[in-house]
Amino acid sequence: MGMQKPGTALTDVQMRVKALASVLAEKGMVKQETLDAIVDQYETKIGPHCGAQVVARAWTDPAFKKLLLENGSAAVDSMGFGGLEGAHLTVRENTPAIHNMVVCTLCSCYPWATLGLPPVWYKSAPYRSRAVRDPRGLLKEFGVELGSDVEVRVWDSNADMRYLVLPMRPAGTDKLSAKQLAALVTRDSMIGTAQLAPYRR
Amino acid sequence: MNGVHDMGGMHNFGPVQYEKNEPVFHADWERTMFANAIALLGGRYFKVDEIRRATEMIPPAIYLRMSYYEGWMRALIILLLEKKLVTEAELERGHAAGRPKVPMQALPKEMAMYAMYNRIPASLDLDIKPRFKPGDPVVTKNIHPQHHTRMPRYVRGRRGRIEMDHGIFLLPDTNGHDGPDRPQHVYSVRFEARELWGEDAPPRDGVYIDMFDDYLEPQTK
Repeated sequence: MGMQKPGTALTDVQMRVKALASVLAEKGMVKQETLDAIVDQYETKIGPHCGAQVVARAWTDPAFKKLLLENGSAAVDSMGFGGLEGAHLTVRENTPAIHNMVVCTLCSCYPWATLGLPPVWYKSAPYRSRAVRDPRGLLKEFGVELGSDVEVRVWDSNADMRYLVLPMRPAGTDKLSAKQLAALVTRDSMIGTAQLAPYRR
Repeated sequence: MNGVHDMGGMHNFGPVQYEKNEPVFHADWERTMFANAIALLGGRYFKVDEIRRATEMIPPAIYLRMSYYEGWMRALIILLLEKKLVTEAELERGHAAGRPKVPMQALPKEMAMYAMYNRIPASLDLDIKPRFKPGDPVVTKNIHPQHHTRMPRYVRGRRGRIEMDHGIFLLPDTNGHDGPDRPQHVYSVRFEARELWGEDAPPRDGVYIDMFDDYLEPQTK
C-alpha cells in the first residue's frame, strides 16, 4: 500500500498527489517551508513519547494526576502537548476494575498532540468496526485478556474531544524516576489496547 | 449519511493488521498529502467537518479499497473543486492556471508551529443553558439524514445516560456543509453494551460517545 519500489513508475495516486501539490503551491495556497515544518514535527517531535511523559508524571505527581483526570486539556497544555487534535483531551484511568479503550468508528480521530499520528491499524476497518461491538475479542487479539469482573469502557471519539488512557503503573517500578517510567509507557497502552508488563531490570 | 465510513458494529472486516515499529509515513506522497491538507485547514480554506463530509462522499467500493491518505487526497480534491479553488484541468495538467478567485493567505510556518504546540479550543464561550446534566437518562433520535452527521448508526434510537457536559461546540451536521452555525452543548453519553448489542453482550461493559444536543431527547417512561 502506497509504497514505491526504486525504479518503478509512479502510481496513479502518487501522480495525482504530485499534481495537486504543484497546483496548490503555484497558486500560493501553501508554502513549502510550512509543509516541511508540519512533516518534521509529526515525524520527529510529536509522538507517543509525549503521552508517555504525561503518564509518567501522573504516576509520580498526585496533584498533576488529579488535574489530568479532571481537566486533561489544561494538564497536557501545561507540558506543551495541547496543540492540534489535543485541545479537548479527556483522560481516563485504567484500574484493576475498569479497562478503557479508545476508537473512532467514523474516521480516525486520535490525540495527535500526545500520541502523534495514529497507526494504520487504528484507522482501519477491522479495528473501527469491532472496537465498540466486541472490545474483549479485539483486546484478546492484542494479547489483553480481561476477566468478567473487569468493566470494559470504550470511548468512541466522534466529536471534538480526544481520549487518552492512563495505563496502570506496572509492578516493580517503585524506585524508578519519571524519566525511567516514561520509557516503559507504550503507545498502545495509552490507546487502551495493551497493558504494561511487570517491570524486570 | 448512512455511509460505509460508519463502521461501528459491522462484521467481516477480518483481524486487525498490526505493523510492528510502524513509521509515521509509509511513502513520500503521504507526507505531501498530510502536510498540504493541514496547511489548507490552517489557512482556513475549509473546515475539518468539511473534510469529513467530503471523505464520506467517496463511493463505498473505493472507500474500502483505498489507503488512508488516498482518502485525504480524494476528499481534498472534492472540496477544492466544490469551492472552485482549483479546476479539473489544473489537476490534470499539474499546473495552476491562475490564482484562486478569493485570495487567502497561505498558512505561515510560524502559525503552523504555534498550532501544533498550543491549545486552540474549538469550544465556544456562549451563554446557552444545557438541556441535560450528568446522570440524566436520554434517548438518541432515530434519524437517518442524507447530510453529514457525527451520530453513528449503532447508537441511534438507543437509551443512555449523560456522563458529562463537554461544553459548547458547532454542530458538524451543518458545519460540514454551508449550513448555519448551530452552537450547542456536547455531552459524553454512556450506553450499556447490552442496550447497543443485545443480551449476549457482557453485562457491565459500556460505550461512551459524544452526543450533540440535537441528537438527544429526554427519556420518557
